[in-house]
Amino acid sequence: MAKGEIVLGCLAPHPPHVVYAENPEQNEAFSEGGWETLRWGYNRLARKLKTIDYDAMVIFTPHWQTYIGTHFLGLPEFKSKSVDPVFPNIFRFNYDISVDVDLAEKMCKVAGESGIVTKMMRNPDFRIDYGTITSCHMLNPEWDRPLVTISSNRNAHYYSPEVMNEQASALGEACAKAIEESGKKVVLISSHSLSHRHFVTESPLPEDMSREHIYNHSQYVWDMKLVDLMREGKMREVIDIMPEFTEQTIAETEAGGLTWMMAAMGYPDYPAEIYGYQSVIGTGNLIAAWDPMEATREVVL
Amino acid sequence: MTGPDILFGVYCPPHPQPLLSPEASDGYGKLRDAFETCRKRIEESEADLILVYSTTWPSIIGHQIQAHPEPEWVHVDDDFHFLGSMPYKFRMDVEFAEAFRDAAESRGLQSRTVAYDGFPIDTGSVVALKLLNPENRIPACIVSSNMYANRAETIVLGKSARDAIQEQGKKAVVVVVSSLSNRMFTEHIDPTEDGIHSAKDDEWNRKILEFFDDGRLEDLSQLSREIHGQIRVQKVVAYKPAWWMSATMGQHNNYTGEVLAYEALHGSGGAVVMLTPASGSVGDKEFDEDDVEHYHGDRGVLDKGAL
Ligand SMILES: [Fe+2]
Repeated sequence: MAKGEIVLGCLAPHPPHVVYAENPEQNEAFSEGGWETLRWGYNRLARKLKTIDYDAMVIFTPHWQTYIGTHFLGLPEFKSKSVDPVFPNIFRFNYDISVDVDLAEKMCKVAGESGIVTKMMRNPDFRIDYGTITSCHMLNPEWDRPLVTISSNRNAHYYSPEVMNEQASALGEACAKAIEESGKKVVLISSHSLSHRHFVTESPLPEDMSREHIYNHSQYVWDMKLVDLMREGKMREVIDIMPEFTEQTIAETEAGGLTWMMAAMGYPDYPAEIYGYQSVIGTGNLIAAWDPMEATREVVL
Repeated sequence: MTGPDILFGVYCPPHPQPLLSPEASDGYGKLRDAFETCRKRIEESEADLILVYSTTWPSIIGHQIQAHPEPEWVHVDDDFHFLGSMPYKFRMDVEFAEAFRDAAESRGLQSRTVAYDGFPIDTGSVVALKLLNPENRIPACIVSSNMYANRAETIVLGKSARDAIQEQGKKAVVVVVSSLSNRMFTEHIDPTEDGIHSAKDDEWNRKILEFFDDGRLEDLSQLSREIHGQIRVQKVVAYKPAWWMSATMGQHNNYTGEVLAYEALHGSGGAVVMLTPASGSVGDKEFDEDDVEHYHGDRGVLDKGAL
């Protein structure tokens, strides 16, 4: 069997606003649009994904929070409705997803062997989080590939962002090893915003773009610092400053997603493809991808 | 003027073990028994509203209030999914929810009701309502805990609840769903070997329970920042339940306190406590943080002449 590999890594933010703005038939709420910079970036990245041969998506989500280890989805199918607890007015999504249970079990096993506390999630009533749904829908609106969701263990809450960085790296390395052993071609998805300070009010029409802007300038400057490093292919440096970035911008990177993905990909030293940056309810959202194949790597924006 | 009719308060833990696996350890069983005692006391009372403030329902857009008349779902906990599912169907007091929102808005808070089929009611609220009000005999209301809210906003939210209870002429039982110390073990454990995560957490929990036992709720409210620093994992900006509970129940120390159980829940401190308004007081203390009636939003440093 040929070795499995990671064929693309995607930073895919999940404000439910972007799904709401697309008006897919699965979502009950109706919008007049909004957040085009992000949506069009997502559409472009989804087109690139169509040109890539892959077997499964593996997604690390901040909205399945676990404190007792790292958990993996462990049943072949989940079909239900996901209602965002924070923005229920815009996100009530009927989903029907399939899971690559073999791959999930392999990652769970390898992570466990490397000393990480793990658990398979096999309760059929479990509801898929809106982070998974938003990122996966925007990257693959046809939902024609199985996925594996990995929970985010909240080391940053219990210890510090430095410990989060260490543990998410170990998990990333374990997942990469499991993917290699699986013989599968896998797309990794790190689902989160960058800076993450929200407005605590919402305009009567959430998609009123005249109201949308970053929460404050320091969040923006930090976000741009990260984008610059990504463009320059300095992912080791990004992960090194991750604790400080996370604390300064209360970033959603605190869940460990970007660290997990970069560790799994060996801290790329090539430029990231940048697909768009826009604020959603004050938070900073970047869509980016890391393509290990130099021949297909693009300068997008 | 007489105040709103708040019959008593209940402080109880959010974890699902007392609901799903009470037989797994003596401690979980004792917590379940304590919930049972509260359930009976609620049934014997003249309560016509159970008002829940849950620390496991975070919100961002102001303060969300559940207003679906009959929310129904099968809930599964993020960490404890292997203990089983929690099917629920509750009865909500929609009129009260709307009055609470209006009261919150009139005190300067951002607030909204939520009434959507399939809305994910949080583990803590599900556990509390299923154990305290299993037949839905009394309509309920649940309010979220805003991630960014700090002391002033939380106290004003409590006062808004009080306004709404008074305005609606309700006889309310106030339920706060929260752990004491909230650090859990980070590994899976044998429930019979459960214990408080550290001696320090246990000592602080016991000190808090002394205050509860003496009915000193406002003193606990005043100690909230200290409690947050000592025994709360820094997930949110502050330990808010005592602020909200005391503001809702009248900001004093005149209660009969009953600590019905104190046990470990995967390392965290789980206590079931009842506070019934009484006439005697442990004494009025002198507090150094200002009381607040109306929320004016965050204060900027630069625009207040501080430089
Ligand atoms: Fe998020």
